[in-house]
Amino acid sequence: MQIFPCPFCGPRDETEFTFATEAGKTRPEPAKDVSAEAWSDYLVTNVNPRGATREVWLHQTCGEFFVMERDTVTHAVTGSNAARGGGA
Amino acid sequence: MTKRYSAFGLFREGLRGHSGWQPAWRTPTPKARYDVIIVGGGGQGLATAYYLAKNHGITNVAVIEKGWLGGGNTGRNTTTIRSNYFYPESVALYDFALKLYEGLSRELNYNIMLSQRGVVTVSHSDAEMEIAARIVNAMQINGTDAELLSREGVIEKAPLLNQSPEARYPIFGGVWQGRAGVARHDAVAWGYARAADAAGVDIIQNCEVAGFIVENGRCVGVETSQGAIRADHTALCVAGHSGVLAAKAGFQLPIRSYSLQAMVSEPVKPCLDTVVLYLGTGTYLFQSDKGEIVVGGGIDRVPSYAQRGNPPVQQAILSGMLEMFPSFGQLKMLRQWAGVVDVVPDSSPIIGPSPLAGLLLNCGWGTGGFKSIPAGGWLTAHLIAKGEHHDISRPFDLERFATGRLIDEAAGSGIAH
Ligand SMILES: Cc1cc2nc3c(=O)[nH]c(=O)nc-3n(C[C@H](O)[C@H](O)[C@H](O)COP(=O)(O)OP(=O)(O)OC[C@H]3O[C@@H](n4cnc5c(N)ncnc54)[C@H](O)[C@@H]3O)c2cc1C
Ligand SMILES: [Zn+2]
Repeated sequence: MQIFPCPFCGPRDETEFTFATEAGKTRPEPAKDVSAEAWSDYLVTNVNPRGATREVWLHQTCGEFFVMERDTVTHAVTGSNAARGGGA
Repeated sequence: MTKRYSAFGLFREGLRGHSGWQPAWRTPTPKARYDVIIVGGGGQGLATAYYLAKNHGITNVAVIEKGWLGGGNTGRNTTTIRSNYFYPESVALYDFALKLYEGLSRELNYNIMLSQRGVVTVSHSDAEMEIAARIVNAMQINGTDAELLSREGVIEKAPLLNQSPEARYPIFGGVWQGRAGVARHDAVAWGYARAADAAGVDIIQNCEVAGFIVENGRCVGVETSQGAIRADHTALCVAGHSGVLAAKAGFQLPIRSYSLQAMVSEPVKPCLDTVVLYLGTGTYLFQSDKGEIVVGGGIDRVPSYAQRGNPPVQQAILSGMLEMFPSFGQLKMLRQWAGVVDVVPDSSPIIGPSPLAGLLLNCGWGTGGFKSIPAGGWLTAHLIAKGEHHDISRPFDLERFATGRLIDEAAGSGIAH
């Protein structure tokens, strides 16, 4: 089992966490001007990087979303920050 | 010239100490240009090359593989073949593949060891039985074989299943597809490779595609570890690595890469002659021709390019197996492995043009692209040769994510990849 660091609760078992999305996506606005392509880009397309990445994760136990920096090949975690205050 | 395999040839080689076999395909040096380049020497890529030659007479083709043939998911999967999907578009695709599989050993002169032992998907409540009936109806309307099984019907197919009234996932009945089954995965890759090579296709192994040559907004070839290779058309058949290659071509895809793992036990006496999947546990298993119990389940919970699989999911798969077959608690597990699969939001593949002209996509097969290798290859070859979709591949175009015409098999047939 891998241990993931929740910025609020500290190190916890990986099974307590759910992957949410890649960090850095901004919802296109205003809704009425957003094309189908732009909306689909926002909803479903991904960088899907091989290597270092920033992702939004949910710690189910405390209910907080946070940003985790991780490597998708080695699974090494290099950062874990609260999502509040932007930066996601 | 490729020698045809035959019973007589096998007998003759038996007498001369097997000294007369020849390599099943050549090891050519890449040419500077081809009509078509296929990136990825898994089943999908090799089948595409074979059908380009066979159906369209296009033989100036290179398959470029960074490792060895079938070393990706095609050699790592659990070999289940079926077409028990919900939407007509999906059944048209997967049943076409199944029909091609049914004639493939003969066609390729290569024994792919197809065994149509059937698949039973087991339901555990009255509500799940209604879903099972809905799927059976959909399959029958779509023209494939399906039968609704009672509890007794399921137990007859797999008598070792947990029949206890205390079972956490009791058997209520299930969906049966009798034409479904398994085939030898390496043999599918090798059979297509040998037949494509015999038709003149260059199969280039140990050659990694590092980037694309783009001129006037069109892909006109690839940069590889063995130099630049040019072609009028390039097709991406790289499964879990689609995101990596798409980034090099300058676009993003609706794909995320995950590890998917499987395990096999020591070989034991014949005790299970069908493929069983539990809706409740998500675990599925069957007995291999060697006697091993082959076990698989859902994808890992963490996006990953690590080809190893993570322990919590391994635990879930094995506890699922014990729930289904308590007697398998005595089995020694021999091996565990994983592949990197490309997961799409609607659990259906992507076949069609990419955002870069001259570059075609065959990807997004997720956890289910082995069963579809003959159809995926056939349809990708059609796209390249004709410059337009075949009726069966049209619904699987990338544009569906913008138009909203998703083929959501996770919701339809409960297939989670
Ligand atoms: C554990 C497991 C169980 C599965 N079980 C089933 C099942 O029971 N039934 C089913 O239908 N499907 C199953 N699948 C899914 C199935 O294996 C895949 O969908 C299918 O093999 C995809 O075929 P492919 O040819 O596209 O991919 P692959 O066989 O992965 O081929 C892609 C190839 O591209 C190569 N490549 C990648 N990057 C580059 C590059 N830059 N340059 C050159 N080459 C490159 C790779 O080395 C690889 O050989 C399973 C998968 C796994 C991992
Ligand atoms: Zn927490």
